[in-house]
Amino acid sequence: MPSDSRIRVKRVENITQVEFLDRNILDEANIQLIGQEISQLVDAEASPRLLISFQGVEHLSSAALGALIAINNRVRNRSGQLRMANIDPQIYEVFVITRLNKLFNIHGTTDEAMKQFK
Amino acid sequence: MLHLEPACLADRPSLSTAALPMAHAHHKPAPDLDQGTLSVPNEQRAMDEAQNHVIALAEKRGFPKASLFAVRLALHEAIMNAFRHGHKGLAPTVPVHVKFQVSDQHIDLTVEDQGPGFDPQDVPDPTLEENLERGSGRGLLLIRAYMSIVEYNAKGNALRMVYDKPGT
Repeated sequence: MPSDSRIRVKRVENITQVEFLDRNILDEANIQLIGQEISQLVDAEASPRLLISFQGVEHLSSAALGALIAINNRVRNRSGQLRMANIDPQIYEVFVITRLNKLFNIHGTTDEAMKQFK
Repeated sequence: MLHLEPACLADRPSLSTAALPMAHAHHKPAPDLDQGTLSVPNEQRAMDEAQNHVIALAEKRGFPKASLFAVRLALHEAIMNAFRHGHKGLAPTVPVHVKFQVSDQHIDLTVEDQGPGFDPQDVPDPTLEENLERGSGRGLLLIRAYMSIVEYNAKGNALRMVYDKPGT
């Protein structure tokens, strides 16, 4: 990861876990950077299995939602799986308003999400 | 780097208690409204500062955490839309103007850009099945979900939105 990386990446049981370093994911430039970094992770695998944790994230903009949709599409195009977890209730409401809770696989905790990977 | 235009600082002191006649000094009421206009260029720090300014006023007037979340998001989305669509092709130094009025009950915000305006009807509904995976259109949806009044001026370059404190 580049030195100005905005994410933390861990490999656990062949699943790539991603966490955000920022509390607020609002800045367009940061969002673009995050999108690129995660895209690289997705592209690095034949059938990517990705878990994005929102632990510590307090604010999320519509641009960030757009980036998540792009990542979701990318994962699907490679026949992979994308799961999300640890979403703050206020941010979850944003997913509900935009109906993206129907598009994404959202779990309460990282452990719960990990169990669902096939 | 400029965040607050001198003009906007001049706006607020109209409420300054210092301007009240001396005779009224013994029952000087707290100003029932904080208001002003912020001039915001297309620069992350300036946008953050504008949001922080409004949120700090709302926090001071006892708006709960959920309100602060909603208003910060709505204001962020409105400013981003103003730059992304309204100011398309304009220099990032051309500012949008954020007019704010914060009382104990309401947060009344207008984001005005210097672009040609647009018709909000032209924004596709991002919650429709066929649009669910589109990259854009969600900003206005979120604004409408959180704010009680959302209206454009006739030209379509100024968005007014009002948030009501829960229980008022």
